[in-house]
Amino acid sequence: MRRLILALLVFLIPAGIFAQDDLMNLLNENAPKEINYATATFKSTRILNGHSIEKMPPGQLDFRISHRFGTINSGAYNFFGLDQSNVHFSLEYGIFKWMMIGVGRGTYEKTFDGFAKFSILRQSSGEKVIPVSVSVLSSAALKTVKWADQTRTNYFTSRLSYVGQILIAKKINQSFSVQLTPSYVHRNLVATELDPNDLYAIGAGGRMKLSKRISLNAEYYYLANPKTYMSQKVYNPLSLGVDIETGGHVFQLFFTNSLAMIEKGFIGETTGSWKKGDIHFGFNISRVFTLKKEKKPEIK
Amino acid sequence: MKRLTIFICLLSIGLAGNAQKYLTKNGFIGFFSHTPMEDIKGDNNQVAAILDISTGEMVFQALVKSFHFDRALMEEHFNENYMESDKFPKSSFKGKITNLSSVNFSKNGTYDVTVEGDLTIRDVTNKITAKGTIEVITGGINASSKFNLSPEDYKINIPGVVREKINKNMEVTVTMKYEPIAGK
Repeated sequence: MRRLILALLVFLIPAGIFAQDDLMNLLNENAPKEINYATATFKSTRILNGHSIEKMPPGQLDFRISHRFGTINSGAYNFFGLDQSNVHFSLEYGIFKWMMIGVGRGTYEKTFDGFAKFSILRQSSGEKVIPVSVSVLSSAALKTVKWADQTRTNYFTSRLSYVGQILIAKKINQSFSVQLTPSYVHRNLVATELDPNDLYAIGAGGRMKLSKRISLNAEYYYLANPKTYMSQKVYNPLSLGVDIETGGHVFQLFFTNSLAMIEKGFIGETTGSWKKGDIHFGFNISRVFTLKKEKKPEIK
Repeated sequence: MKRLTIFICLLSIGLAGNAQKYLTKNGFIGFFSHTPMEDIKGDNNQVAAILDISTGEMVFQALVKSFHFDRALMEEHFNENYMESDKFPKSSFKGKITNLSSVNFSKNGTYDVTVEGDLTIRDVTNKITAKGTIEVITGGINASSKFNLSPEDYKINIPGVVREKINKNMEVTVTMKYEPIAGK
């Protein structure tokens, strides 16, 4: 008999605990398991010069205006470079959750450019753990500046160059994100025989949030091709600056030794040197417009 | 001794009685802020909730990242700047129907209720009271409520530049369609 009571008690204990147990725990047991995707690894689709892992969400149009001024060491007469201005305009649009496209026009070599960025992996935690986000960027540029030598046969294809990049980013915590960017640049025509048509580079960038709306950004590209034999002295581009976000705008204000605002230009044709003071002040302004509202899941 | 055994047996039967607890995994919680400058609307269709009809206790749990907006940028700002959803991923409510006796859970119909409890957003807990309705239907229970919340009560800092665009009072809508949890 005693054993029976004991057995019943043993059965009852869990039930008893359960009855008293917090409803919240029961809810946690029943709650659907969630995948927590990392969002807002960077504030903008650019770290500074180069692309970040971020994409325009579907239906969102980003109108970007970027400037790079002259070099700071050009002196007070040129108002430390501000008298000169290089401009790049672009319109960029999210087509799918995993794809965005953009077209632009820049002063540098009077270039038209277009790109597509595809998402391959999304960093996530929870039910599905993926440590990094990975995207692929593919872009093409068409320079329309007049040929240096008008007498020789100049082909249209000679104006073209292509870039492929793999963007690997990790949001380490709420305020710190990093990105590695292996890059390949192909130029159909180069200035001299000394200059390689194919360039290989690796970019590294990061951001550190100083407040909810301001972050400190840095970006560097290491050009792996030997630079000593090229027809002009090129340097690795380094950019340092801040992101300031105000509602629908993101302002990026920074210093860089590169004048060009497209990959082909800043990876392979940066002729300014930080040491010599060939530093350009630059900014990107991004204004986002919602063209198409996102579809929301229906209430069941 | 025998009496004790019977007592324990009866107790266990009582515990394993009819469905007392009702669950939903896709409940709806939405909020709306209207100002002349901007309307902000966030909807979450993946709220988990349990209602215990024997005690009138109810719990809700919502993932902050599951609130969706018409504008992707609003959603990003909601998560990054206001709710800090990486730091505070969940919001929850734990409360009780104060007038449980006025609801007859064995008879289909709509009943007015008042719910009182603790609402936790961004780890800040406040006591709230809200009026709502319980609708008893065959094979389930629907619950709904509408009440106002102030972001400031949950230490959500709204900077001066956007203060004009965000109403001081958010209208919160809750709609739950509960189903019984088997055996509980």
